[in-house]
Amino acid sequence: MSMLVLEDVHTHYGKIEALHGVSVEVNKGEIVSLIGANGAGKTTLLMTVCGMPQASSGRIILEGRDITNEPTAQIMRSGLAIVPEGRRIFSGLTVEENLHMGGFFTSKSEIRKNQAHVYELFPRLKEREHQRAGTMSGGEQQMLAIGRALMSNPHMIILDEPSLGLAPLIIKQIFEIIGHLRDEGITVFLVEQNAHQALHLADRGYVLETGKIRLHDTGKNLLENPDVQNAYLGG
Amino acid sequence: MAANNMRHALFCAIVTLIISFPILGLSLEAKGVNITLSGAKTSTYVAIVLAAVAVFVFQIFRDTFMGALGKLPNLNPLAGREPMEQTKRVKLESWLLTGIVVFALFWPFLVSRGSVDLATLVLIYIMLALGLNVVVGLAGLLDLGYVAFYAVGAYTFALLSQYTGISFWMALPIGALLAGLTGMILGFPVLRLRGDYLAIVTLGFGEIIRILLNNWTTLTGGPNGIGGIPEPTLFGMEFGRRVKEEGNTSFHETFGIAYSGEHKVIFLYLIALVLAVITALIIRRFMRMPVGRAWEALREDEIAARSLGLSRTAVKLSAFTIGAFFAGFAGTVFASKQGFISPESFVFLESAIILAIVVLGGMGSQLGVILAAIAVTILPELAREFSEYRMLIFGAAMVLMMVWRPQGLLPVRRIQITLNKQG
Repeated sequence: MSMLVLEDVHTHYGKIEALHGVSVEVNKGEIVSLIGANGAGKTTLLMTVCGMPQASSGRIILEGRDITNEPTAQIMRSGLAIVPEGRRIFSGLTVEENLHMGGFFTSKSEIRKNQAHVYELFPRLKEREHQRAGTMSGGEQQMLAIGRALMSNPHMIILDEPSLGLAPLIIKQIFEIIGHLRDEGITVFLVEQNAHQALHLADRGYVLETGKIRLHDTGKNLLENPDVQNAYLGG
Repeated sequence: MAANNMRHALFCAIVTLIISFPILGLSLEAKGVNITLSGAKTSTYVAIVLAAVAVFVFQIFRDTFMGALGKLPNLNPLAGREPMEQTKRVKLESWLLTGIVVFALFWPFLVSRGSVDLATLVLIYIMLALGLNVVVGLAGLLDLGYVAFYAVGAYTFALLSQYTGISFWMALPIGALLAGLTGMILGFPVLRLRGDYLAIVTLGFGEIIRILLNNWTTLTGGPNGIGGIPEPTLFGMEFGRRVKEEGNTSFHETFGIAYSGEHKVIFLYLIALVLAVITALIIRRFMRMPVGRAWEALREDEIAARSLGLSRTAVKLSAFTIGAFFAGFAGTVFASKQGFISPESFVFLESAIILAIVVLGGMGSQLGVILAAIAVTILPELAREFSEYRMLIFGAAMVLMMVWRPQGLLPVRRIQITLNKQG
């Protein structure tokens, strides 16, 4: 049963084509990793799913619904959540207010329930509940960004480079949490430069190169693939 | 370093001479049909040279001066203290606000008629600033044409009273709604823009409305304005010496007291006070509602806010519309207070002053904005004795203010750190 399907998606920034016909499939309950070098179009691919920018051709199907031409606000309210690149938390708001923003379109009781759940996953956030989010460390901010995304009861969560600029110990923690999310039944689509850890965790993986999917296999096979090892795993 | 300072100071002194000599030292005199150029008095030349010397001395010791200025916050007894606890702070703020309102209720009975009139103006600016605070302070949309909505409110009342004889109380909601509607219509195409671009476009809209009012002579009377705008009535009681409208009674006759011009002024003041309090309470309510948080979230990070499913247009438009609504509110009161309005009351300077109030008060903070509105409106009046130097003093006060408290009088605070005791 597929959660998200991209069929021959092309995306343009003005006249420049960034994605040249990408097809990706993410099944329910999977962790799928997308790896690729700088400028390969990883973030563009994710943003196209979210409708900013919209795909210029091809189809994007989320849980059986065609969302290709839907506005961002509508897509993001239908069981999809994203942890954007560089975290993008609301630094002037408190941790709690950030979480409440995540649950903007759910009921009060849902917010209470989900907030308790997020604090369970990240006890650190509970300690800093009333602190301004911008004053926290990078790792804590990443936790908050993930927590905020979980507030909307998503069926699928997209993570854009969650390990960016974090200490190895924190990265390990974050990846553990991502594994935990799958156990809770949330489908995960993970974009990473940190290919080794991303592929380890993933059920399946895609390799994106200059706007095209080059390879596609299980995480384990990709880790053992000599081409991938050469290009992304440092030999 | 010292040589550098010296050269810089010398340069500044020369610039002072170059600028002030032609302005002050030379004067044009009309003699018959000819205009002759003549020099000023010797004392003026001495003053110019003294000014240059003053600039020179200041520039040489500039670092010392500015350093001392930077230490100024130390004079502030609150500067070194720990930030207050959130709950305590909120409590204190609401007590303070209640105190101000109670004091304001008794204010008109203690002072002269002129002061009450000025206080009414202060209240109108408070309404305006609270409204703009939503747009600029909370939603982060720099609106330089805010005065347009103020004008819509004022002209709605003026025109409706002229053509249909509507009363103040009927016009108040209509004016506010119409201003809100204008805000929505204007906002729709421009809210895609961000930052400087939005500022320029709103500036243009503000001017368009003013020029429209100025040139649509058949409807608005153009630069001559509209007069004879009725004053508010209290349950059908008028405050004039004689009753103007059929069916109304007069206030002083109903209560059997002697007629006094002050009744009207005080009544207007009290209306403005009630409306300002209502404005503050409604906006306070909005700020605590999810929509208030959505405004702030969109200001903080637009992409993140959109990724959470917030509609950019809906959120921005709501802030813009609510801000415009309260400007219309204030505009209606203003029209009623003045009894006469013309496009001259709605120039860009008004927008700038309202914006200055919001910035001086500390963006997003209601109490700060209220205090700043009082300061900005009253300061030029207090400095009236200095006549032509009034605006100079006003400007200097603003500059000092920004050096002393760059985040405004009472910036919004959110930080709350509680450290657990260890071991």
